[in-house]
Amino acid sequence: MDKIEALEPNDDQFDEETMMAKFLEETTLFLGPDPEIMGDHDLAERSDREDEAMKKVTDPATLAIVRDRILAGANEGFEMLENMGAAPGAKWGDLVTGVFSAAGDLAISSTGGVLIFSSLVHHPVKFINKYWRDEPTVGIRPGDVFMHNDARYGNIHNTDQSMMLPVFHEGVLIAWAGATVHEGENGAVEPGGMPSSAESVFDEGLKLSPLKVGENYELKRDLVTYFQNTVREPKLQYEDMKVKMFVCRRIEARIREAIDEYGVDAVIACLRVGLEDTRAEVRRRVSEWPDGTVRYSHFADSTLRENVMIKIKLELRKKGDTLTFDFRGSSPEFANRCNNTVQASLKGMICQLFLAFIWPDLPRCQAAFAPMVVLTDEKSALNSSYLTPNAQSMMTFFPAFTGAQIACAKLMFSIPNKSTKVVAAWYDMINTFLYGGMTQHGEIVGNVCADINGMSGGAHGDRDGENAVAPIFATMADIGEQELVEEEVPFIQIVSKRLLMDNQGMGKHRGGMGYEMMVAMTDSEQWGFMVTCIGSKTPNAAGLFGGYACPTYPLCKVKGVDVFEMFKSNPEDFSYSMIDVMNNQPFKEATYSTHHMGLQYELTRRGELYMISQGAGGGYGDVLERDPLDVMRDVEEKLTSQTLANNIYKVVYDTETLVVDEAATQKARDKERAARKKRGMPFKQFCKQWSTKKPPANIPFYGSWDDSKLIYGGSPEETMTPDTMRSITMPHPKDVRIEALEAELEAAQKKLARSAKAKAAPKAKAKAKAAPKAKAKAVRKGRKKSR
Amino acid sequence: MKVIMTETLLIDLDTEKWHCRRCDKKIGSARKSYKEGMLVYERDPQDIHPTQLDPEKYEFTFAPDPKWIRILEYYCPKCGVMVETEYLPKGHPPAHDLEFDIDALREQWKDREELTEPAYGPDLQMERKVHRH
Repeated sequence: MDKIEALEPNDDQFDEETMMAKFLEETTLFLGPDPEIMGDHDLAERSDREDEAMKKVTDPATLAIVRDRILAGANEGFEMLENMGAAPGAKWGDLVTGVFSAAGDLAISSTGGVLIFSSLVHHPVKFINKYWRDEPTVGIRPGDVFMHNDARYGNIHNTDQSMMLPVFHEGVLIAWAGATVHEGENGAVEPGGMPSSAESVFDEGLKLSPLKVGENYELKRDLVTYFQNTVREPKLQYEDMKVKMFVCRRIEARIREAIDEYGVDAVIACLRVGLEDTRAEVRRRVSEWPDGTVRYSHFADSTLRENVMIKIKLELRKKGDTLTFDFRGSSPEFANRCNNTVQASLKGMICQLFLAFIWPDLPRCQAAFAPMVVLTDEKSALNSSYLTPNAQSMMTFFPAFTGAQIACAKLMFSIPNKSTKVVAAWYDMINTFLYGGMTQHGEIVGNVCADINGMSGGAHGDRDGENAVAPIFATMADIGEQELVEEEVPFIQIVSKRLLMDNQGMGKHRGGMGYEMMVAMTDSEQWGFMVTCIGSKTPNAAGLFGGYACPTYPLCKVKGVDVFEMFKSNPEDFSYSMIDVMNNQPFKEATYSTHHMGLQYELTRRGELYMISQGAGGGYGDVLERDPLDVMRDVEEKLTSQTLANNIYKVVYDTETLVVDEAATQKARDKERAARKKRGMPFKQFCKQWSTKKPPANIPFYGSWDDSKLIYGGSPEETMTPDTMRSITMPHPKDVRIEALEAELEAAQKKLARSAKAKAAPKAKAKAKAAPKAKAKAVRKGRKKSR
Repeated sequence: MKVIMTETLLIDLDTEKWHCRRCDKKIGSARKSYKEGMLVYERDPQDIHPTQLDPEKYEFTFAPDPKWIRILEYYCPKCGVMVETEYLPKGHPPAHDLEFDIDALREQWKDREELTEPAYGPDLQMERKVHRH
């Protein structure tokens, strides 16, 4: 809005309306997230300065060289950040660097790292441009350092902290350098930065709207101290703020060098041309896809506090050069659960799908998603409102990613020219441990294990998926060196990176397999673990074209044991397999239990076991088309059991030598195909007996059923429409448990009372039966006496 | 002109029919859901994803909960190849997952060469563009 000049009451222009506008402008009480900025993922309009630069520098070779120079600077910054950053996430690749245009569009992102971070930092940069540039108490000047971590202003959750430096040339803002790291600890209600027990945004810890934290390339120590006091890892907070600032400075230096060599117009033009060309190329590529609609629904099974069914509904429409991701009809948001997604975060994740999985050859910039359209219902789990917590937004936008991955694979399968392989769903959940407490060095810490990066690849159209290879949100991430971790924190992964047999999405090609993890605390006054995954009742990674999904995964615990003592006395009794430990229960006094994988921070004692498994990718194609030799190779390598080889893949072989009997296998598979035809029912007939009008009453179901405009809120009776969508408030799981236990107690008391009554009844009956006789006897006795 | 639309299905643009790529069975109109020509079977998910932990002892066992989710398997009625699996809560209407604009598809393919095998794509774009002498 243009500035309104001061008006006096006797001024001709004075009127009530103008006075009100002036009053409102001058007395804005709160600058919350700007809906215009947060709702727009397209590029900013080309500025006059950009237009001028593009007219001056037109040589594609020059632009390409400048681009490579700046990209090299971003990559250099990435390396610096990975090597110098203190956060575990920084060491393992959960970071990214980038260069933004003056208006804030991400023009160049580092080759490795978490693209979703940078592809969402354009929102806070645009906020700074819009609100702080002309704000006398803030301003944007050379040497300023800005920071941000609140997902409501951009990005995905507040464990990720971003730093942005404006780059000036001769007093004019020409670009921004940025760096983002998954820092982990952020002072939330639980340690580690991703509090699953957060019931409001105020439980989620440090939440920084875009703000200035430094001037003249110096961090303001008063602010830094405040941040340090707000989190559990104060030294990490300071160190990584410094590292990110120096990384941004290095990128700025590389931009300046490019300016010195090629001129500022070449740099400005390079950033803008890269964005506009990418947007145009994306439109061209989309136009090669067939026009049509692909539909897919994913059923997430948990809020991390309780098992509920959360529907993520996707209708992907393609027409001409436009792709529309229509998520309307998905679950409502949860008022007191942190699995809600800010819509912009959802967009960033789907942008990542294109740049990492579909068009990895495109420049890693924001324009790759600019032409897409995303539709969601307001107040839904994928477009949550301001006051709903979002620290675990991945629990809804990762399933949405899977939906988009499957839908895109189906929609684009027919096109002759692809940039990378057809793939079934990547494993999409962060199966790892979060931890917090006092280390062996006397430090208070809270963070996450690098196994977060060990997600398995989906099966490809022409080969198996990669085992535990990379997270869906990053390239060049690492699953870490366990020995290094053990030097810093007081727990050991007793089993680490051991592929779990049969943990696969079966198919003609199987999905990549996940490994099991078994951890126990060694030495700490106070230590606890968390797990923040869904997928214990319904699978996370879907199959493609007849392939099966991954299995589901439990959290297994063995409490009341110190396995380290057992290692000293009789180590031969220990099995390095979570399945053996749980089924054989080798520790006599211990308690064994399984749970869904939403474990809130739980204190542990020395030697107690916590066990989970990394997930598997989805399978591709019909299991009966899997090469029997591939099945036998997996059996030999103990990746597939003979049970699965026999029952699912229908391979006949010598159980000793594992030599395949090809003829018998063919026969077994033909028999299975014949059995399918016998048991299968024609579709229409099947639907008549299968389809119901409403969700089942025995499952707390959230989302639409057969009509995307009728949304269920936990039961068949609780309904809403997109216009009347409301937040769901969940009861505290402990209250639910208490209620259930009280009901059990009441039932037991009633039963006891009934039992006591039943026991007392024969005596009373006998007494009652005996009463007339006694009375008669007494009467007789009385008569006798009276005589 | 035949266009390969999935691992096991193609659309014959001349007849506007879905066909099975394994046995060439005519599945049905390409303007409708291919599922209408399929055989469907409802699976207990634990048939496919067996329990790894003792279900007598534990609630969560690596196997999906059959009360929460079922698998619908779609088979070609002639050759029995599994065309699709769909994981749904009991009673949830199956998706009309593939709905293509046949006229646009014909227009799109009029200048393309027919493929006899699916294009599974390169590992990397660079692999495809590598300069060879």
